[in-house]
Amino acid sequence: MEKIILDTPLTEKRAVNLKCGDMVLISGTLYTARDAAHLRMIDNIRQKKTLPFELKDSIIYYAGPTPERPGNISGSFGPTTSSRMDKMTLPLLDQGLRGMIGKGLRSPEVIEGIKRNKAVYFAAIGGAGAMISNSIKGIEIIAYDDLGTEAVRKLSVKDFPVVVAIDTFGECIYDSGRNKYKKEF
Amino acid sequence: MREVSTLLIKEKIKKMFIEMNHELGNDVEAFLNKTREIEESPIGREVLENLLDNLAIAKEKQIPICQDTGMAVVFLQIGQEVALTDMFIEEAVNQGVREAYQEGYLRKSVVKEPLERVNTKDNTPAVIHYEIVPGNRIKISAMAKGFGSENMGKIKMLNPSDGKEGIVKFVVDTVSDAGPNPCPPVIVGVGVGGTMEKAAILSKKALLRPLGERNPNQTYGEIEKDILGRINASGIGPQGFGGSCTAMAVHMEYYPTHIAGLPVAVNINCHVARHRESVI
Ligand code: SF4
Repeated sequence: MEKIILDTPLTEKRAVNLKCGDMVLISGTLYTARDAAHLRMIDNIRQKKTLPFELKDSIIYYAGPTPERPGNISGSFGPTTSSRMDKMTLPLLDQGLRGMIGKGLRSPEVIEGIKRNKAVYFAAIGGAGAMISNSIKGIEIIAYDDLGTEAVRKLSVKDFPVVVAIDTFGECIYDSGRNKYKKEF
Repeated sequence: MREVSTLLIKEKIKKMFIEMNHELGNDVEAFLNKTREIEESPIGREVLENLLDNLAIAKEKQIPICQDTGMAVVFLQIGQEVALTDMFIEEAVNQGVREAYQEGYLRKSVVKEPLERVNTKDNTPAVIHYEIVPGNRIKISAMAKGFGSENMGKIKMLNPSDGKEGIVKFVVDTVSDAGPNPCPPVIVGVGVGGTMEKAAILSKKALLRPLGERNPNQTYGEIEKDILGRINASGIGPQGFGGSCTAMAVHMEYYPTHIAGLPVAVNINCHVARHRESVI
């Protein structure tokens, strides 16, 4: 299938052109954050403190890698289940977060937030962390070092493979895909 | 009595966990190879290709197949005529896990206590199931269980009158509700009968079976086939992007139960089905 080339930052103009089901190769910068980092960021927002990175037009990758072997840039680095971040996603979207990469379903509230903020939810392939590590060219821990695998990492990526799972119109591949291939049994 | 040093068990455990995180059994690879030809959705076929690429890269570059290198689950079948020497067996298993996760560059995903959630930093303790069996051998079955799929498991105490249909519906609904979250294509382990915890353990054990091997009891073998057909008609497909391959297999195990009960447990494993067996 044909792949769309996408550079970061993910501006509104770039985001609205992406359609549910598109296969995309992202190059540029991603930031990782999982459950624990989300809790801290939400706390920072509440206390009006600065965040570890600028959210506007950025992309968060829900992932925590394996430790890299000496000499390797990256360990295994695939996506984690996104729904665990659902309850903490809206405040980030409202601060300008434009893209999220993870795997699996999102709540109706998050889908509404995606539409409202013209954001995009991408799915990376769950259980393909070795392959995904090939597109990671640099990793830097920028916050919450004490969280180990859950620390916030700044990744520089080249041709990072994802699928548009929910586009700016709220169209979701998990519904459309299932309906298309559903059969009577 | 036959003496067996638990240090030997420790070494086996260490080796098994490092190996299984970098290389799956041939059964999964053969399945993916076959299915990429017949998967109906183009994006689904592309996913299956990627999974095969991923397996090759993991093996060649010794990068774990998945970053969630799991919680360690170990089944120990210990012959009645074995006398264990050296370390306490539980410590030996945990030491094997500790060394595997530290020396094998695997992710440490275990927290000490469920609420405060402080990481133990060495992926211990393992969940260990002991069984005493006849003979003088020890069989170790080890599994690295990822939680994307583990979290999608369910247990239900059905009524005996719910029967076969009740079981089928509960299993199919569980997989259907899970949708993309457990990283399909999945393996579905089902435990039927016993008590609540027995059904759950059986559902986990069922995941150790070679992929697609039917239960030798014809009734259960037929139910496995029926459930598999229904799951694959759901349309969920590889990674939930839509398609005809959602589950690779359904494995059921059963046990005698009480006149008043029909416990059913469903334990889902992702395509990264990591397990190894060893006999000492
Ligand atoms: S469910 Fe399995 S394949 Fe998916 S992220 Fe977890 S361990 Fe990896």
